[in-house]
Amino acid sequence: MNILADILSATLLFAVPLLLVALGGMFSERSGIINIALEGIMVIGALISTLLLRAFDLSGFGPANPQLAVLIAVLAAGLSGMLYSLLLAFASINLKADQTIGGTALNMLAPAFAVVLTWAIQGQGNTTILIPGWVRITAENAGLAGAEGFFARLVFKSLYLTTPIALVLMAVSSFIMYKTRLGLRLRSCGEHPQAADSVGINVYRMRYIGVLISGFLGGVGGLAFTLAAGSGFQSQVAGYGFLALAVMIFGNWKPLNIFGAALFFAFFKIIGSYSGSIPFLPDFKEIRSSEYIYLMLPYIVTMIVLILTSKKSRAPKAEGIPYDKGAR
Amino acid sequence: MSEYIIEMLNITKSFPGIKANDDITLRLRKGEIHALLGENGAGKSTLMSVLFGLYQPDSGTILKDGAPVKISSPNDANALHIGMVHQHFKLVEVFTVLDNIILGAEKTRWGVLRKDEARRRVVELSERYGLKVDPDARIEDISVGMQQRVEILKMLYRDNEILIFDEPTAVLTPQEIDELMEVMRGFAREGKSILFITHKLAEIMKVADRCTVLRKGRLIGTVDIADTSREKLSRMMVGRDISFNVEKKESAPGEKVLEVEGLTVPSRLHKKNAVKNVSFTVRRGEIVCLAGIEGNGQTEFVQALTGLEKAGSGSIRLKGREMTDMPIRERSRLGMSHIPEDRHKFGLVLDFTLEENLVLQRYWEEQFQHCGHILRRPVREYAQRLIEQYDVRSGQGAQTIVRSMSGGNQQKAIIAREMDKEADLLVAVQPTRGLDVGAIEYIHRQIVAQRDAGKAVLLVSLELDEVMDVSDRILVMYEGEIVGEFDPRKVSVQELGLYMAGAKRDDKKEAV
Repeated sequence: MNILADILSATLLFAVPLLLVALGGMFSERSGIINIALEGIMVIGALISTLLLRAFDLSGFGPANPQLAVLIAVLAAGLSGMLYSLLLAFASINLKADQTIGGTALNMLAPAFAVVLTWAIQGQGNTTILIPGWVRITAENAGLAGAEGFFARLVFKSLYLTTPIALVLMAVSSFIMYKTRLGLRLRSCGEHPQAADSVGINVYRMRYIGVLISGFLGGVGGLAFTLAAGSGFQSQVAGYGFLALAVMIFGNWKPLNIFGAALFFAFFKIIGSYSGSIPFLPDFKEIRSSEYIYLMLPYIVTMIVLILTSKKSRAPKAEGIPYDKGAR
Repeated sequence: MSEYIIEMLNITKSFPGIKANDDITLRLRKGEIHALLGENGAGKSTLMSVLFGLYQPDSGTILKDGAPVKISSPNDANALHIGMVHQHFKLVEVFTVLDNIILGAEKTRWGVLRKDEARRRVVELSERYGLKVDPDARIEDISVGMQQRVEILKMLYRDNEILIFDEPTAVLTPQEIDELMEVMRGFAREGKSILFITHKLAEIMKVADRCTVLRKGRLIGTVDIADTSREKLSRMMVGRDISFNVEKKESAPGEKVLEVEGLTVPSRLHKKNAVKNVSFTVRRGEIVCLAGIEGNGQTEFVQALTGLEKAGSGSIRLKGREMTDMPIRERSRLGMSHIPEDRHKFGLVLDFTLEENLVLQRYWEEQFQHCGHILRRPVREYAQRLIEQYDVRSGQGAQTIVRSMSGGNQQKAIIAREMDKEADLLVAVQPTRGLDVGAIEYIHRQIVAQRDAGKAVLLVSLELDEVMDVSDRILVMYEGEIVGEFDPRKVSVQELGLYMAGAKRDDKKEAV
């Protein structure tokens, strides 16, 4: 049972960054901008927030008010991601640049910038920004000391403030998308910007909003990933930005489906890492480096699922096309 | 209070290479239906876009109730209670009817949509004006006629008093057109003022009070419908007399060119066959018309004939050669020309230049390429010849991007390309859809000229006038089958209508 609790706990932990970043991608694409820069946005968000956590740790503010410090770091991650995404918004909305190329450029810039800043602050060669231990929420500091059993293990095995925040943000995203004026207008800009324009909606503004929201969520997702990965920030997020795009497509650009897709994907990733300790899985002993077989699992499963669902998948119609008011 | 609710005075608007509106004045009275008539490219849509705030005029003023106003966005237009139904509907396909209606004019509390209230109002408006819609249906699932009603409701929902209709009847069936006319009259009785862009004279005579005519960006004049006639209006519009009847000699059918036998085509939309066991032939020197109401298998039939879609069973022979499974290029080289139904989707590459579009089916020929390199000069010269011969007008000649051309000239480009091929069979599908009388007359004459040159012509049309005027033989298609064959001189429109609606059918199906 402990294994099961551990697996579920880890699944949720790794689903959180995917969920956040995929939701970010959804906002951007629903407004009509393909945000392939999510990977870079995650790196920037993680960089700024881990640096902040490090500073809180050194100053003593962190150990004294751990969760307040994390909350501030989350906001910093979001805001820095937002700031970084402004570059994409400016290039693709004002300059009408190719969104894929602009995004790729940002993806290449971010890790390089992160390495420079990390070394500048920590000294040359210190490539990892370590995460302070007080960041984690344990049963003890949650006031539930001595909580035992399946659920306690599930919840507290590896809990960070980002997890509840992500769940709240998902609910908020879903609400904004489907129940508010902003959501309706945003979606119309990704589907048929000319129609939106003809009823007086400022398409450029809506697209800026979409990209900025995605920058915020992407930045927070970067922090969430770094916390989940556990070994500190090393100027990269292991391709999670791209995985999140797959999750977003798999989730059909809808918040709840994205949550399901994120859990699904994270589950197979965790199965991969825990394969050795799950008794009933075949172990392929006769193959060299057989541990990699299970590590491939999430990617293979995703490909199969995408193939199976691709017929039903429906991207926003106008995504990727710069909006030009004058065009007929 | 001014006599006029809207006055557009001395409006001028230029685009690169073209003066779309040149010193145009239009005055709209309260409660009237005012038609705006002109050929394609005459500047009607531009003028209305200026009024709706989509374009800024280079010079000129707009008065509302006698006071000057500035309309720099659709928001401004909306605030002045000006609404517009665009020719290409501005509807978000995956949204519901209700969402489309409220978009941009949402009622909210703290940014949260209040749809219940909006729904009540939409239902109330739809009942009051007899505009039947289902608020929860998605746009992509409803008919074009209902989509138009959604567009009209959008205007009513915003309390618009000045309603602009940009070519509203182009996409409607005859019954829907009658309904729309009735709705428009109802609006006018209520004191709403209507601007009605069209190039269909019959509709103007039927519904409008006054009519303003534009030609090539200039104002020709404004007339009272009561004092004018179809002929006068068409002369104003085109600048010369137009014959409404197609003049042609007796046909002299020769050998068989196209033979279709037992052709069946599966449908993409449902499990049944869209075309069922269709057989007929087309001979040299005759125009055979495939008539029918939209959606009775004509589209699928043409797609199988031209190779866009695979045939289920049966055979198609061109000049005696089996071509049922031939690739499209082979069919074209064997001797088939095709003027497609959807010129944007199948006829042209919209973002290519005119010259590139004109050689689309022959760029691989020796004269246009050398070792895989396109030879620019021969292409240019060839394009220039076609442009002159077929009078294709555009802003920058052979190098114009086709998307920026008017619909009529786009169609002329296709016709130039297809007719210059000198193919033995011409398949023309809805060749005059959405075009003005001048262009229609031109295209009809070209089709008849092809026939007289000994080509076989298969014309697929939904327009009964066209069917009666142009064809030598009429085949009526209903639910994928040919239900009757007629001589246009011996059958009435009413009779044809009965066959097209499926109320009558001939049992001997083998039309020869």
